[in-house]
Amino acid sequence: VSDAVDAQLARVVREHAGHLAASLMHVTGDFATAEDLVQDAVLAALRHWPVEGIPERPDAWLFTVARRRGLDALRREHNYLAKLAQLQWPVQAEPDERLQLIFTCCHPALPRQAQIALTLRVVCGLTTAQIARAFLVHETTMAQRITRAKRKITDAGIPYRMPADDELGARLTEVLTVIYLLFNEGYLSTAERAQSRDLVEDAEWLASLLYELMPTEPEVGGLLALIRLHRARSAARFDLDGRLVLLQHQDRSLWDREAIEGAARLLARAAKQHQPGPYQLQAAILACHAEAEGWHDTDWDQIVLLYDMLLHLAPSPITRLNRAIALRYRSGPQAAMAELDTLADVLDSYHLYHATRADLERELGHPDLARAANRRALRLTANPAEQAVLRERIAWT
Amino acid sequence: VKYVLLFVETEQFANDLAAMGPSERERAYDRVNEWFANHADKLRGGSKLKSPETATTVRLDRGDPVIIDGPFVEGKEVVSGYVEIEVADLDEALRAAKTWPGCPVVEIRPVAFESM
Repeated sequence: VSDAVDAQLARVVREHAGHLAASLMHVTGDFATAEDLVQDAVLAALRHWPVEGIPERPDAWLFTVARRRGLDALRREHNYLAKLAQLQWPVQAEPDERLQLIFTCCHPALPRQAQIALTLRVVCGLTTAQIARAFLVHETTMAQRITRAKRKITDAGIPYRMPADDELGARLTEVLTVIYLLFNEGYLSTAERAQSRDLVEDAEWLASLLYELMPTEPEVGGLLALIRLHRARSAARFDLDGRLVLLQHQDRSLWDREAIEGAARLLARAAKQHQPGPYQLQAAILACHAEAEGWHDTDWDQIVLLYDMLLHLAPSPITRLNRAIALRYRSGPQAAMAELDTLADVLDSYHLYHATRADLERELGHPDLARAANRRALRLTANPAEQAVLRERIAWT
Repeated sequence: VKYVLLFVETEQFANDLAAMGPSERERAYDRVNEWFANHADKLRGGSKLKSPETATTVRLDRGDPVIIDGPFVEGKEVVSGYVEIEVADLDEALRAAKTWPGCPVVEIRPVAFESM
């Protein structure tokens, strides 16, 4: 029951926190002040709502608290005070200024971890404690990180506005990276951090907000499709004992077909702009898997082709590794192994490189080499779910 | 907002500059002059400094002042000059810094207050 209440609270706060931050920002013109007031209001809501129930107009409730706090806290700062006193409910909501908020939080002059934390706090209305728990960081450390970032926004003159047209592409990439990292953090930690905030949900929400606000940016649609395609398969990712189930062995009847079709449509819409990008291509690869009836129906030709396109746009050794895995199913283990050999140096400390190698060695009839590679992989990962899979493999090779 | 752009030279940059022929060097200076011309309305002063071998550092935190030959950080990247610019926000300062043709590293610092 408590989980459901938490989830509902999170949803309601998220729906309104960013709007509140944007309207306070509009009034005070000061990012740090607006941010503090929102956080105060969110903390008050998390104290009151579980007891008193969620108010009929949560936005008005949050607004009233923030305004009262603001009038209180800013008594000495006449400039803000006069402006805040003028502020009446309902505030003008259009145009949605949350986009400016997102671009400010993800400004490239801020360190990555601070971009992520600020976005969660200001746009999604997470508390510092929730963010700290989700990232396994001490709360005071997280608080310092946020304070430092806010101070830099004010002191260094980081603007609160949309980037200029010629900078929009690079700045949007920055925002998409933040959302993608947030998603990854949540997605990879499902098993070990059961008690913490579901960052995957926040990432999807942010991506869909961004899609709503920038519907013609194909990579935004691509990222949203990517996240939704991953989520559509989440029910099959772990077995009843909480063990990770690899794609090949997943029970595809557990996949959310409706979500997969929706994401595929989203991706098709993005692709119509003829501006392929890394998120669209990764989503397209996922869609190939998601749309296959069974593992043996997978269209490996298409997947290898998509990896080639992805490598052309965004060369990376990890993408080459993933392409090699696809190559194994298209052209056999020997071809894949030849690719892997070229990656031996760069990916020597990457656990999935060795796990993949182990798989290929086993298939090529070298169980000893397979075991050694799996042991190597085991030493290199800290993720308990992955460790469990590797231990099992070592035992069975 | 006022910012100081601190220009930082690397060893590689100095070597490249030294290896240039006269006409190539001329072009490099032209690019710098062009940048100054393009940003004239925002510039509030600045200086090109002589090489780090000419620097002398005084330490005041060790009892009597200690005089040391050389810049305060010994390294391959050295401050070679600075300009002060006045622009609306960090994005404008970044825009100016990104097009700077004179050296490979630029640090942007907001001015806290002016001493004179």
